Amino acid sequence: MIPLSWYLILAAALFCLGLYGMLARKNAVAILMSVELMLNAVNINLVAFWRYGDPNQVVAQVFAIIVFAVSAAEVAVGLALVISLYRNRRTVIAENVDLLRW
Amino acid sequence: MTALQIIFLIVSALLLVSAFMVVTVPNLVRAALWLIAALFMTGVVFVLLDAGFLAVVQVVVYIGAIAILFIFAVMLTRRVMTDSGPQTNANWWLAGLFSLALFGGISWILLGWDGANASAPAIDPGLDTVTRLGTELVNPDAFILPFEVASVLLLAALIGAVVVAWERD
Repeated sequence: MIPLSWYLILAAALFCLGLYGMLARKNAVAILMSVELMLNAVNINLVAFWRYGDPNQVVAQVFAIIVFAVSAAEVAVGLALVISLYRNRRTVIAENVDLLRW
Repeated sequence: MTALQIIFLIVSALLLVSAFMVVTVPNLVRAALWLIAALFMTGVVFVLLDAGFLAVVQVVVYIGAIAILFIFAVMLTRRVMTDSGPQTNANWWLAGLFSLALFGGISWILLGWDGANASAPAIDPGLDTVTRLGTELVNPDAFILPFEVASVLLLAALIGAVVVAWERD
Protein backbone atom coordinates (compact mmCIF):
# COMPACT_ATOMS: atom_id res chain seq x y z
CA MET A 1 0.00 0.00 0.00
CA ILE A 2 1.24 3.47 -0.85
CA PRO A 3 1.44 5.86 2.13
CA LEU A 4 -0.39 9.18 1.85
CA SER A 5 2.85 11.11 2.23
CA TRP A 6 4.14 9.85 -1.13
CA TYR A 7 1.26 11.48 -2.96
CA LEU A 8 1.65 14.68 -0.96
CA ILE A 9 5.39 14.86 -1.68
CA LEU A 10 4.73 14.24 -5.37
CA ALA A 11 2.13 17.02 -5.44
CA ALA A 12 4.48 19.37 -3.57
CA ALA A 13 7.29 18.70 -6.06
CA LEU A 14 4.97 19.25 -9.01
CA PHE A 15 3.65 22.48 -7.47
CA CYS A 16 7.17 23.79 -6.86
CA LEU A 17 8.23 22.98 -10.44
CA GLY A 18 5.21 24.88 -11.68
CA LEU A 19 6.00 27.77 -9.35
CA TYR A 20 9.55 27.93 -10.67
CA GLY A 21 8.31 27.97 -14.24
CA MET A 22 5.76 30.65 -13.49
CA LEU A 23 8.31 32.92 -11.84
CA ALA A 24 11.23 32.32 -14.18
CA ARG A 25 9.85 31.91 -17.71
CA LYS A 26 9.69 34.89 -20.03
CA ASN A 27 7.09 33.69 -22.50
CA ALA A 28 3.50 34.28 -21.42
CA VAL A 29 2.31 30.97 -22.94
CA ALA A 30 4.97 29.11 -20.93
CA ILE A 31 3.79 30.89 -17.78
CA LEU A 32 0.26 29.62 -18.42
CA MET A 33 1.62 26.09 -18.89
CA SER A 34 3.31 26.33 -15.49
CA VAL A 35 0.01 27.43 -13.93
CA GLU A 36 -1.56 24.27 -15.37
CA LEU A 37 1.11 22.18 -13.65
CA MET A 38 0.32 23.86 -10.33
CA LEU A 39 -3.42 23.23 -10.74
CA ASN A 40 -2.67 19.57 -11.44
CA ALA A 41 -0.63 19.35 -8.25
CA VAL A 42 -3.58 20.73 -6.29
CA ASN A 43 -5.87 18.16 -7.90
CA ILE A 44 -3.55 15.31 -6.92
CA ASN A 45 -3.69 16.56 -3.34
CA LEU A 46 -7.50 16.76 -3.37
CA VAL A 47 -7.97 13.27 -4.78
CA ALA A 48 -5.34 11.81 -2.42
CA PHE A 49 -7.15 13.26 0.59
CA TRP A 50 -10.44 11.89 -0.76
CA ARG A 51 -8.97 8.39 -1.07
CA TYR A 52 -7.22 8.41 2.31
CA GLY A 53 -10.00 10.18 4.15
CA ASP A 54 -13.54 8.98 3.71
CA PRO A 55 -14.16 7.55 0.19
CA ASN A 56 -17.91 7.70 0.81
CA GLN A 57 -17.80 11.49 0.70
CA VAL A 58 -17.50 12.72 -2.88
CA VAL A 59 -16.93 16.36 -1.95
CA ALA A 60 -13.24 16.22 -2.88
CA GLN A 61 -14.06 14.88 -6.33
CA VAL A 62 -16.58 17.70 -6.80
CA PHE A 63 -13.84 20.10 -5.80
CA ALA A 64 -11.48 18.55 -8.36
CA ILE A 65 -14.12 18.88 -11.08
CA ILE A 66 -14.59 22.56 -10.21
CA VAL A 67 -10.81 22.97 -10.51
CA PHE A 68 -11.01 21.40 -13.98
CA ALA A 69 -13.71 23.85 -15.02
CA VAL A 70 -11.85 26.86 -13.59
CA SER A 71 -8.58 25.89 -15.25
CA ALA A 72 -10.32 25.43 -18.60
CA ALA A 73 -11.85 28.91 -18.25
CA GLU A 74 -8.50 30.36 -17.16
CA VAL A 75 -6.64 28.89 -20.13
CA ALA A 76 -9.25 30.08 -22.63
CA VAL A 77 -9.20 33.65 -21.35
CA GLY A 78 -5.43 33.67 -20.77
CA LEU A 79 -4.58 32.49 -24.24
CA ALA A 80 -7.06 34.95 -25.75
CA LEU A 81 -5.23 37.69 -23.83
CA VAL A 82 -1.87 36.45 -25.13
CA ILE A 83 -3.12 36.39 -28.72
CA SER A 84 -4.64 39.86 -28.36
CA LEU A 85 -1.39 41.09 -26.84
CA TYR A 86 0.59 39.61 -29.70
CA ARG A 87 -1.69 41.28 -32.21
CA ASN A 88 -1.33 44.72 -30.61
CA ARG A 89 2.23 44.77 -29.32
CA ARG A 90 3.98 42.06 -31.40
CA THR A 91 5.38 40.43 -28.27
CA VAL A 92 4.54 37.55 -25.95
CA ILE A 93 7.37 38.24 -23.51
CA ALA A 94 5.84 39.06 -20.16
CA GLU A 95 8.45 41.60 -19.05
CA ASN A 96 8.05 43.67 -22.22
CA VAL A 97 4.42 44.31 -21.40
CA ASP A 98 4.88 47.43 -19.29
CA LEU A 99 1.93 49.47 -20.50
CA LEU A 100 0.68 50.01 -16.96
CA ARG A 101 4.08 50.47 -15.38
CA TRP A 102 4.58 53.92 -14.00
CA MET B 1 8.02 -2.92 -1.71
CA THR B 2 4.91 -3.98 -3.50
CA ALA B 3 4.16 -3.82 -7.22
CA LEU B 4 1.81 -0.89 -6.64
CA GLN B 5 4.59 1.10 -5.00
CA ILE B 6 6.97 0.39 -7.88
CA ILE B 7 4.31 1.50 -10.38
CA PHE B 8 3.74 4.67 -8.34
CA LEU B 9 7.47 5.45 -8.27
CA ILE B 10 7.83 4.97 -12.03
CA VAL B 11 4.76 7.11 -12.76
CA SER B 12 5.80 9.89 -10.43
CA ALA B 13 9.34 9.90 -11.83
CA LEU B 14 7.93 10.25 -15.35
CA LEU B 15 5.54 12.96 -14.17
CA LEU B 16 8.28 14.99 -12.49
CA VAL B 17 10.66 14.61 -15.44
CA SER B 18 7.96 15.79 -17.86
CA ALA B 19 7.07 18.71 -15.59
CA PHE B 20 10.75 19.64 -15.35
CA MET B 21 11.04 19.59 -19.14
CA VAL B 22 7.92 21.79 -19.43
CA VAL B 23 9.52 24.53 -17.37
CA THR B 24 13.04 24.28 -18.82
CA VAL B 25 12.85 23.35 -22.53
CA PRO B 26 13.47 26.45 -24.70
CA ASN B 27 11.36 25.29 -27.64
CA LEU B 28 7.72 25.98 -26.77
CA VAL B 29 6.25 23.32 -29.06
CA ARG B 30 8.34 20.74 -27.25
CA ALA B 31 7.27 22.22 -23.92
CA ALA B 32 3.63 21.78 -24.98
CA LEU B 33 4.29 18.13 -25.88
CA TRP B 34 5.97 17.55 -22.52
CA LEU B 35 2.97 19.20 -20.91
CA ILE B 36 0.74 16.60 -22.57
CA ALA B 37 2.97 13.86 -21.11
CA ALA B 38 2.75 15.43 -17.65
CA LEU B 39 -1.05 15.75 -17.85
CA PHE B 40 -1.35 12.11 -18.93
CA MET B 41 0.83 10.98 -16.04
CA THR B 42 -1.39 12.96 -13.67
CA GLY B 43 -4.30 10.95 -15.06
CA VAL B 44 -2.39 7.75 -14.27
CA VAL B 45 -1.91 9.00 -10.70
CA PHE B 46 -5.70 9.47 -10.50
CA VAL B 47 -6.14 5.84 -11.61
CA LEU B 48 -3.75 4.75 -8.85
CA LEU B 49 -5.99 6.68 -6.44
CA ASP B 50 -9.13 4.77 -7.63
CA ALA B 51 -10.60 7.91 -9.20
CA GLY B 52 -11.21 6.50 -12.69
CA PHE B 53 -13.77 9.10 -13.69
CA LEU B 54 -11.40 11.95 -12.92
CA ALA B 55 -8.68 10.22 -14.95
CA VAL B 56 -11.00 10.10 -17.96
CA VAL B 57 -11.96 13.75 -17.45
CA GLN B 58 -8.27 14.61 -17.16
CA VAL B 59 -7.50 13.03 -20.52
CA VAL B 60 -10.57 14.47 -22.26
CA VAL B 61 -10.49 18.00 -20.85
CA TYR B 62 -6.79 18.62 -20.34
CA ILE B 63 -5.20 16.72 -23.21
CA GLY B 64 -8.15 16.99 -25.57
CA ALA B 65 -8.89 20.67 -25.10
CA ILE B 66 -6.37 22.61 -23.03
CA ALA B 67 -3.19 21.16 -24.54
CA ILE B 68 -4.57 21.73 -28.04
CA LEU B 69 -5.32 25.36 -27.11
CA PHE B 70 -1.72 25.73 -25.92
CA ILE B 71 -0.37 24.35 -29.19
CA PHE B 72 -2.61 26.75 -31.13
CA ALA B 73 -1.37 29.70 -29.07
CA VAL B 74 2.26 28.66 -29.56
CA MET B 75 1.76 28.39 -33.30
CA LEU B 76 -0.03 31.75 -33.52
CA THR B 77 2.67 33.63 -31.59
CA ARG B 78 5.68 31.73 -32.80
CA ARG B 79 7.59 34.18 -34.94
CA VAL B 80 8.43 36.73 -32.25
CA MET B 81 10.00 34.27 -29.85
CA THR B 82 12.95 32.61 -31.46
CA ASP B 83 14.00 29.39 -29.84
CA SER B 84 17.55 30.59 -29.28
CA GLY B 85 18.56 32.86 -26.44
CA PRO B 86 17.63 32.65 -22.79
CA GLN B 87 14.02 31.77 -22.02
CA THR B 88 14.21 32.80 -18.38
CA ASN B 89 14.29 36.27 -16.89
CA ALA B 90 17.10 37.73 -14.79
CA ASN B 91 15.63 36.48 -11.52
CA TRP B 92 15.49 32.77 -12.43
CA TRP B 93 17.90 31.81 -9.65
CA LEU B 94 15.70 33.60 -7.11
CA ALA B 95 12.68 31.72 -8.46
CA GLY B 96 14.55 28.42 -8.17
CA LEU B 97 15.65 29.22 -4.65
CA PHE B 98 12.12 30.16 -3.65
CA SER B 99 10.67 26.97 -5.15
CA LEU B 100 13.28 24.80 -3.44
CA ALA B 101 12.62 26.55 -0.13
CA LEU B 102 8.88 25.98 -0.51
CA PHE B 103 9.42 22.29 -1.32
CA GLY B 104 11.73 21.95 1.67
CA GLY B 105 9.21 23.62 3.92
CA ILE B 106 6.31 21.42 2.76
CA SER B 107 8.43 18.27 3.14
CA TRP B 108 9.53 19.33 6.60
CA ILE B 109 5.93 19.87 7.69
CA LEU B 110 4.89 16.51 6.21
CA LEU B 111 7.70 14.68 8.02
CA GLY B 112 6.46 16.03 11.33
CA TRP B 113 2.80 15.18 10.69
CA ASP B 114 1.41 11.96 12.16
CA GLY B 115 -1.27 11.43 9.55
CA ALA B 116 1.20 11.39 6.67
CA ASN B 117 1.80 7.65 6.90
CA ALA B 118 -1.87 6.73 6.89
CA SER B 119 -2.86 3.90 4.60
CA ALA B 120 -5.98 4.08 2.49
CA PRO B 121 -9.23 2.68 3.89
CA ALA B 122 -10.80 -0.08 1.83
CA ILE B 123 -13.47 1.14 -0.57
CA ASP B 124 -16.91 -0.30 0.11
CA PRO B 125 -17.55 -2.72 -2.80
CA GLY B 126 -21.14 -1.51 -3.09
CA LEU B 127 -20.01 2.09 -3.61
CA ASP B 128 -20.29 3.33 -7.19
CA THR B 129 -18.33 6.57 -7.15
CA VAL B 130 -19.45 7.78 -10.57
CA THR B 131 -23.17 7.33 -9.84
CA ARG B 132 -22.67 8.92 -6.46
CA LEU B 133 -20.84 11.87 -7.97
CA GLY B 134 -23.49 12.36 -10.65
CA THR B 135 -26.40 12.36 -8.22
CA GLU B 136 -24.57 14.62 -5.76
CA LEU B 137 -23.79 17.15 -8.51
CA VAL B 138 -27.48 17.69 -9.34
CA ASN B 139 -28.84 17.19 -5.84
CA PRO B 140 -30.35 20.46 -4.50
CA ASP B 141 -29.18 19.51 -1.01
CA ALA B 142 -25.61 18.95 -2.15
CA PHE B 143 -23.60 20.51 -4.96
CA ILE B 144 -26.03 21.93 -7.48
CA LEU B 145 -25.01 25.51 -6.72
CA PRO B 146 -21.26 25.03 -7.40
CA PHE B 147 -22.20 23.01 -10.48
CA GLU B 148 -24.33 25.82 -11.89
CA VAL B 149 -21.76 28.44 -10.94
CA ALA B 150 -19.15 26.43 -12.87
CA SER B 151 -21.36 26.40 -15.95
CA VAL B 152 -21.93 30.16 -15.71
CA LEU B 153 -18.17 30.62 -15.32
CA LEU B 154 -17.50 28.53 -18.43
CA LEU B 155 -20.06 30.53 -20.41
CA ALA B 156 -18.50 33.81 -19.23
CA ALA B 157 -15.03 32.55 -20.16
CA LEU B 158 -16.28 31.49 -23.59
CA ILE B 159 -17.77 34.91 -24.31
CA GLY B 160 -14.81 36.69 -22.71
CA ALA B 161 -12.27 34.79 -24.78
CA VAL B 162 -14.13 35.58 -28.00
CA VAL B 163 -14.41 39.27 -27.08
CA VAL B 164 -10.76 39.57 -26.05
CA ALA B 165 -9.36 37.79 -29.10
CA TRP B 166 -11.73 39.50 -31.55
CA GLU B 167 -9.83 41.18 -34.38
CA ARG B 168 -11.00 44.76 -34.64
CA ASP B 169 -10.26 46.72 -37.78
